[in-house]
Amino acid sequence: MAKPTFDTPELKPYQEVPDIPHIEPGAMAHSRPFMAKPEHNESIGYPGELVDNWQEAGVKRLGELVEGSKALRVFLDTCVKCGACTDKCHYFLGTADPKNMPVARQDLLRSVYRRYYTFAGKYFPKLVGAKDFDKEVLDDWYNYFHQCSQCRRCSVFCPYGIDTAEISMAAREVMDSIGVGQKYCNEILGKVHVVGNNLGLPEPALKDTLEGLEEDVEEDTGIPIRFPLDEKGADILLITPSADFFAEPHIDGLIGYAKVFHQAGASWTLSSYASEAANFSMFIGSGANLKKTAQRIRDAAEELGVKRIIVGECGHAWRVAYSFWNTLVGPFDFLDPKYPAPMHIVEYTYDLIQRGVLKLDKEANDHRRITFHDSCNVARASRMGNMPGGQFILPREVLKACANNFYDMPPDTIHEKTFCCGGGGGLLTDDLMELRVKGAMPRMQALKQVVDEYEVNTLVAICAICKTQFAKTLPYYEYPMSMITSLHEVVGDAIQLGSND
Amino acid sequence: MTLSVVYAIFFYAATLFLLVGLARKIAIYARTPAPLKIPTTPAPITKAGVVWRMTKEVTVFRSLFFSNKWIWLFGWMFHVALALVLARHLRYFTEPVWGWVTLIQPFGKYAAFAMIAGLAGLWARRFLVDRVRYITNLSDHLILALLMAIALSGLSIKYLSHTDIVDIKAYVMGLMYFDLQPLPADGFVLLHFSLVIALMIVFPISKLLHAPGLFFSPTRVQVDNPREVRHTAGWTAE
Repeated sequence: MAKPTFDTPELKPYQEVPDIPHIEPGAMAHSRPFMAKPEHNESIGYPGELVDNWQEAGVKRLGELVEGSKALRVFLDTCVKCGACTDKCHYFLGTADPKNMPVARQDLLRSVYRRYYTFAGKYFPKLVGAKDFDKEVLDDWYNYFHQCSQCRRCSVFCPYGIDTAEISMAAREVMDSIGVGQKYCNEILGKVHVVGNNLGLPEPALKDTLEGLEEDVEEDTGIPIRFPLDEKGADILLITPSADFFAEPHIDGLIGYAKVFHQAGASWTLSSYASEAANFSMFIGSGANLKKTAQRIRDAAEELGVKRIIVGECGHAWRVAYSFWNTLVGPFDFLDPKYPAPMHIVEYTYDLIQRGVLKLDKEANDHRRITFHDSCNVARASRMGNMPGGQFILPREVLKACANNFYDMPPDTIHEKTFCCGGGGGLLTDDLMELRVKGAMPRMQALKQVVDEYEVNTLVAICAICKTQFAKTLPYYEYPMSMITSLHEVVGDAIQLGSND
Repeated sequence: MTLSVVYAIFFYAATLFLLVGLARKIAIYARTPAPLKIPTTPAPITKAGVVWRMTKEVTVFRSLFFSNKWIWLFGWMFHVALALVLARHLRYFTEPVWGWVTLIQPFGKYAAFAMIAGLAGLWARRFLVDRVRYITNLSDHLILALLMAIALSGLSIKYLSHTDIVDIKAYVMGLMYFDLQPLPADGFVLLHFSLVIALMIVFPISKLLHAPGLFFSPTRVQVDNPREVRHTAGWTAE
């Protein structure tokens, strides 16, 4: 890879009232992900290249989206430009580009909506900042709607709950519909539809990987822990991000799940047909693809005849599973009604710990001084357990049950106020490295606080995107890549294997 | 009398525009489907919980409080003061004046100053904070100017022109009961009335729609129960 042509932001000591940068217009105007090739766009149902009547078609598509979405309708009308969101986006804090302020990002789309669909914008465009949908605006859309990780931090702080994620999803859908797609997301979605996972890992390769894992883990622990694939009649179908089959630190998480299942004596399986929890359709705001991708999972569950579906560590996938599956491909009336459908692996492990099924040795993790990164989609777009905020409590309780040294980052940077890792929302691609590094700054600053104060050496996450992003960006901030750890690796290391036999 | 008639026509037209405009917008908000569950979590898991969440948002601007103390201070001050001032104005619309309206008269008087202070604070931010300056359109200044002018002209009626409010009340009651009375030809009164008419027209076609919009914001009003209750609407119901 080429040497970076940008400076990594300097980490200042964490302050409760953060330094807000002065705006630097155009600071990130050059940041632009690779565009999708025609075949990528076509494979997911969009025109290959910019269509001839793109202005007209784009405006029309925008109108259709607003008509079909209460959120867009309300969000486009109600913003009063109070400025409460302006200092809440990690990309703004890291880049100082004013178009990375949530309201300004929304305004890129709002100005076009106003021009074509509101009285004031049609007759007094200058007065309300309405703009024609021209090439310059389209370029701004492409650049800056790919500088939003759809993390929803702004929606927490907005007095009306305006969620920039919804706006940025709509903008990407409009662009896709006129043939302007982003390579990373669209290429990956094409693979899921054909092969079943983001990596394009076919069934034989997946089988090999899992068999290899079984051998490695047995060598390591002396215990035959299984990684079953396509086993009909298993009780549990595990749907996990395909990164878990492939790379550190993800794969250690997968080993952790397997140890948990083994220790619980559970009958479980993976599916080669639905070997992906991720659903990038959400990032590009494509309802049709969202449903199609989710349908694979339902089909696999029915085909295998399982009783429960459990979802592995992945942020946006958990949002899609928890919040959208029932709507898109439900009802899940063929599953055992005793269990929530779907269930998060952390809910599953937490429940086993509560019932005393897992014997855990906390001291096995004494070399770790742990902090936990709340992934945005888990924190602000889903839940775990049966009370609001369970998504914050359960993972921490699991960690505390498995390790002695746990320290939270400052309160304004965790729970629903968590900072995105900087790589979510379909931005986890090398062509956006500058954005990713700068967007990671607020999280890194909070991490620095616990590193300096508590000598934290382990950053635990439950999201494949967060894990990949941190593995890549930690070194820019002079922290070792190995700091980033799967939650279920910590669990797996604490489990006393065989103690139930 | 010409003046009375002209203003009466404008008042009736503006009232009609405001009511029809708002009703139309509210109908559109209510009718537009929310295809997916998107509450910003942690969110209430019951309807009663959502009512409580919204009560806090509407009465104390909870999210804004945790977001930015200056905007909260000025914004909340302005809105509460506005509510008091509006309540105080009920005395022009009721005969006999309701007991509680009489009770709040002295508070309403001071609220006008708080309203101006709040508006001034919000307006100052549009010049002084570079981030807010960047997102401000001409229309944002104009709405603040309009509200400020309404407040100042109202105060002027009270403290500068000493117009007989009995005449004003007679005119307003006349409008309500379609029995037109003469309008006191005082400059501040005419200005105040003109500006209020302008505000009524601007309301349903501007960002002032945040008032009804808030109650339809899916991130705030949806119940967090997607696993328990299957939600479908719009394209997800097809």
